[in-house]
Amino acid sequence: MAARVGLDQLKPGQKGRIVRVGGYGAIRRRLYDLGLHNGEIVEMIKMAPLKDPLEISFGNGHVSIRRSEAALVTIELMAD
Amino acid sequence: MNRKSEILIALAGNPNSGKTSIFNGLTGSHQKVANFPGVTVEKRVGQKNRDGYHITFVDLPGTYSLTAYSLDEKIARDFIVNESPDLIINVIDSGNLERSLYLTMQLMEMGVDIVIDLNMWDEASEAGIEIDTAKMSKLLGAPIVKTIGNRAQGLNSLMNAAIALYEDRHDAHRHPPVSYGSQLDDIVTSLTDSVKACPMNCRGCRNARWMAIKLLEGDIEIARQCMTDNEASAKLREKLDESVDHLRATTDQDPEIVITEGRYGYVAGIVREVMKRPKVDRMRQSNLVDNFLTHKILGYPVFILLIWLIFQATFKMGHYPMEWIDTAVAIIQDGVTSALPAGVFTDLVVDGIIGGVGSVIIFLPNIVILFLGIALLEDSGYMARAAFLMDRLMHYMGLQGKSFIPMIMGFGCTVPAIMSTRTLESQRDRILTILLLPFMSCSARLPVYILFAGAFFGKSAGNVIFSIYILGIIVAVIVGQLFKNTILRSEDIPFVMELPPYRWPTGRSVLIHMWERTKIYLRKMGGVILIASIILWFLGYFPKRSEYTQDYDAQIVQLSQMDTEKAADRISELEGLKAAEDLEYTMIGRLSVVVGPAVSPLGFNWQMGVSLLTGFVAKEVVISSMGVLYQLGADQDEQSDNLVAVLKDPKSGVTPLSAYAFMVFILLYTPCIVAVIAIKREAGAKWMWFSIFFQTILAWVAAFIVFQGGSILGL
Repeated sequence: MAARVGLDQLKPGQKGRIVRVGGYGAIRRRLYDLGLHNGEIVEMIKMAPLKDPLEISFGNGHVSIRRSEAALVTIELMAD
Repeated sequence: MNRKSEILIALAGNPNSGKTSIFNGLTGSHQKVANFPGVTVEKRVGQKNRDGYHITFVDLPGTYSLTAYSLDEKIARDFIVNESPDLIINVIDSGNLERSLYLTMQLMEMGVDIVIDLNMWDEASEAGIEIDTAKMSKLLGAPIVKTIGNRAQGLNSLMNAAIALYEDRHDAHRHPPVSYGSQLDDIVTSLTDSVKACPMNCRGCRNARWMAIKLLEGDIEIARQCMTDNEASAKLREKLDESVDHLRATTDQDPEIVITEGRYGYVAGIVREVMKRPKVDRMRQSNLVDNFLTHKILGYPVFILLIWLIFQATFKMGHYPMEWIDTAVAIIQDGVTSALPAGVFTDLVVDGIIGGVGSVIIFLPNIVILFLGIALLEDSGYMARAAFLMDRLMHYMGLQGKSFIPMIMGFGCTVPAIMSTRTLESQRDRILTILLLPFMSCSARLPVYILFAGAFFGKSAGNVIFSIYILGIIVAVIVGQLFKNTILRSEDIPFVMELPPYRWPTGRSVLIHMWERTKIYLRKMGGVILIASIILWFLGYFPKRSEYTQDYDAQIVQLSQMDTEKAADRISELEGLKAAEDLEYTMIGRLSVVVGPAVSPLGFNWQMGVSLLTGFVAKEVVISSMGVLYQLGADQDEQSDNLVAVLKDPKSGVTPLSAYAFMVFILLYTPCIVAVIAIKREAGAKWMWFSIFFQTILAWVAAFIVFQGGSILGL
């Protein structure tokens, strides 16, 4: 079974499939509403120069997300 | 059937879907900007006459969803529920079908008629994306039109489709209900029946299925509306609890998440059916540019350079038209003065009205250039990257990346900076940014620093002034931390921001953006400021003194007959004394009796106190009113040797320490009346008063600490 890690742990260029979106209430719903839902494949694009926030890509768009919020999303690492 | 000739159309869509350019294209110049009821979120309304209909368009806030969690989303859905628009044009970024359709699902749930606008069609085609619109239209039960908003293409067809849908509105071919999978569908259907059966006849019940879905999601707003009466809604509540428990037990998830996943499942199904796309990321072309603009090392210098360019353009290029305006205002004032008979009315027209209007228009060049720059940054997609770069740093103040632009503009002029906070989506971020902005020392405060630092700190004046600027930033960080953990804690919406592909801004949309802001500035600010400056003029003019301690006029007349240099000096001295007596006698002058004791613990003399008071109007006035109060005439500036000499004179009681305390006060208290009006306009009256009191108290306390602390330390 593939390793499960927080989305914030991905290195630029790595991809994973979302298995769980944590948090609660407004934060969780916001992540969902932006398209971070179970089964979606996300790729880490880059980190901002100060290592936070992160740029990730999924669906057909790019999104900037803070490290603390990315950590709420659990993903299953995919092989390149 | 009698055709209603008024049509109300709302535009809904994601941020970055190009909704605004569609709105502009549909309505042309017939727009007005108001606020949605009770909030300061912009409501743009446009009119159009077509095919015998009078069509009103309302641009809803750009949202990804329609929950009760965020203000913008609540506004959008309240508008749909309360105003029941005849139909909705759902603007979609064709290149990002999944995320866009997620909002479409929620609009469909609300049971409104929808025209789907596949916008930015050109970009999607270029990226090799193919969409079978006929099939998509059938699946969604809604007409579909392709448009290219920023080139105004397809707008005619969009309008035709909207009118056709309106005329056919009684036909049965509405969109099918959104399906979330059979298990959830059954629950929704049976809960819908309970909502219908509920005796509480609340407004949202016009669409029972939507209500049922929202109740299942645990939407607080809908629950509040629907369940106010415990008895009447007892049955519904029971049914709801039962459904929620059942869902939790079978799916091991919150119903909210089950429904959300259901929507995505439905969307994925539609996308699979209608869209083909190559396996290339459409962002790839942008990547080269992006790697440069958000580069680990180059990112910041490039960013600073761009901001510096806008800053320079705003204040350096703006300087020339500002001078022309200043000259023009002076010429008009002179013209009016000579045309009208001397007297109170003429003074009112010249100083109160023309001077007041002039003080508003003078900022116009700054505003126009700044908003041109911001429109370019936004439309090109760079603004989102700037926010990406700055987010970590701005986080220290409890702000997010996008707040950086207004903050940096604040060093130039607080007024356009406050207006540029409109680029922030969240109300909370806007208010916090507006409250912290005045601590960025604006350029109008600089002359006061130059005067005092120059007079009391000699060679180290530069360092002293720099320390004031730094102090402003430090105060902003501390106050930001304080507010973020107290009064502005409530909303914990995460900072998740879309990074749109880079685009060439089109002249058309940039100009429309710029003109809109300018119009708001002229209309809304102009009126209020005119009234405020007339009131201030009254306070500074009345009551008129008729008796002076000596007969200045007679002395001046007498002296003017002697044509010597000494006599001329004496005349200007007498005029100064007379002006000072006049000012003392007016309501503002009388305040000095109150102000004097209030500022003496800060080491300020009464002249400093009164000039601080006049400084509420504008910081430029501080030095000129000091000139008046020290009987030197109003034409004093920071280079005036007279004023420097008077201040340095031990008789004035000003020491280097109290001079520094004075600069701290100037830095921290309310910037000017125009900024105050801007705060009211952007954040509401409550925050305006809060800002005035907070800043003034803070300024007093800080100056007190500097002066008393310094005195104890023997400085």
